[in-house]
Amino acid sequence: MTGLSRDELARRIAADIPEGAYVNLGIGAPTLVANHLPEDLEIVLHTENGLLGMGPAPEDGLIDPDLINAGKQAVTALPGAAYFHHADSFGMMRGGHLDICVLGAFQVSERGDLANWSTGEPGAIPAVGGAMDLAIGAKQVFVMTDLLTRDGASKLVAECTYPLTGVACVSRIYTGDAVFDVTPEGLRVREAFGEHTVASLEELTGLTLQAAAPELASAAEEEGGSR
Amino acid sequence: MIDKTVAGTAEAVAGIADGSTVMIGGFGRAGQPVELIDALIEQGAGDLTVVSNNAGNGDVGIAALLAEGRVRKVVCSFPRQHDSWVFDRLYRAGELELELVPQGNLAERIRAAGAGIGAFYSPTGVGTLLAEGKEERTIDGRRYLLEHPIRADVALVAAYRGDRWGNLVYRETARNFGPIMAAAATTTVVQVDELVELGALDPESVATPGIHVDRVVAVGYRPWIHEGRFVGGVDVNGAPLEQSPESSVAGAVR
Repeated sequence: MTGLSRDELARRIAADIPEGAYVNLGIGAPTLVANHLPEDLEIVLHTENGLLGMGPAPEDGLIDPDLINAGKQAVTALPGAAYFHHADSFGMMRGGHLDICVLGAFQVSERGDLANWSTGEPGAIPAVGGAMDLAIGAKQVFVMTDLLTRDGASKLVAECTYPLTGVACVSRIYTGDAVFDVTPEGLRVREAFGEHTVASLEELTGLTLQAAAPELASAAEEEGGSR
Repeated sequence: MIDKTVAGTAEAVAGIADGSTVMIGGFGRAGQPVELIDALIEQGAGDLTVVSNNAGNGDVGIAALLAEGRVRKVVCSFPRQHDSWVFDRLYRAGELELELVPQGNLAERIRAAGAGIGAFYSPTGVGTLLAEGKEERTIDGRRYLLEHPIRADVALVAAYRGDRWGNLVYRETARNFGPIMAAAATTTVVQVDELVELGALDPESVATPGIHVDRVVAVGYRPWIHEGRFVGGVDVNGAPLEQSPESSVAGAVR
């Protein structure tokens, strides 16, 4: 049942981002997607603290504390970049101008509810940042996550038990085991990795899943993370 | 003659009263007006409500203000960070009130205050814990929450360059909350790296027109900028790298 590594998954997501897209990559694993965007394609990265046209980390010695990303890491500005204040930045997001946002998740429900900002544990210090704005803002919201928690529980659920970030906001879920589309009929397996089938994924998630193509219902695809 | 410049940071923060609501610009350390916050600590005002994206990093700036026990309440989007130990300790001890606001709602509520908007409907947070107590309304089939403006008695903002009229330009992502906070406060106090002659700022590039600014104080260039040029040689927190200044200047290509 070997699926994709975290890095292979980032490459798989990058392959679905077309030239010309305005994209926000959430803090954490989603930032890995940037490493796999083809250099010959013009894809504009947005960081909500006020920059379009974000480039990679600078060399040591050229770090600029005034130029950071939403994770407060040093970044660069590519030719064509633009700076703007926070209200404009979130207006871009809330106004539906971003094409794709890639976020991490604690849980995603069958109808695309997202929980990714709080485990709801008593005593935990709450911090939401831009998570709720990102969840409802972009035209397409991709989730990048493991299918299972470390304890083996499915992160894809009938109803989220963690506090919600957004309601019915997720378009697609990328995991190392399979890619799922959120549809009005529930989750549809778009692509299965390793030896996974719809049946094996149903067993892991405990959900009834749709198949995007008939072959997914029986045999697994071989292509894995290849592009 | 209009002259909003003041000679020092102590004069810049003079008169801030106990119990004030103080907006503090910056996202993490970028754009955080550390010299003004230090002056506010020195000035002594307490029982403050601080409106800022974060609730302090390390032991400087907002963290130092919190550590001094001057703050009653924090309104912010993201208090918990790897270096927010001062906030964490005070919050867990029950010594700080927290109003948690999604980042975009925080920005728009501040903008609304400066723009004279009575309240507005935002889709962010619908169906979540942070919707509790808020009026919900469906408009054209989409659900929204009623959000009210956040005003302040004082805004403390860091910009790159300013003139005696209070016109400001910012640098890179350090702009963040500066323009909207400057407009949302009764008294806006700005620290700049450099004060320039009236007319020296390109009017096309002014991000905060002076109408929103009351006091401006020059605090000098930060270590990564030399005579108006980026020279690097620091880490992301602005601390010097372990290398000679010559090599860092030689390494600057921008």
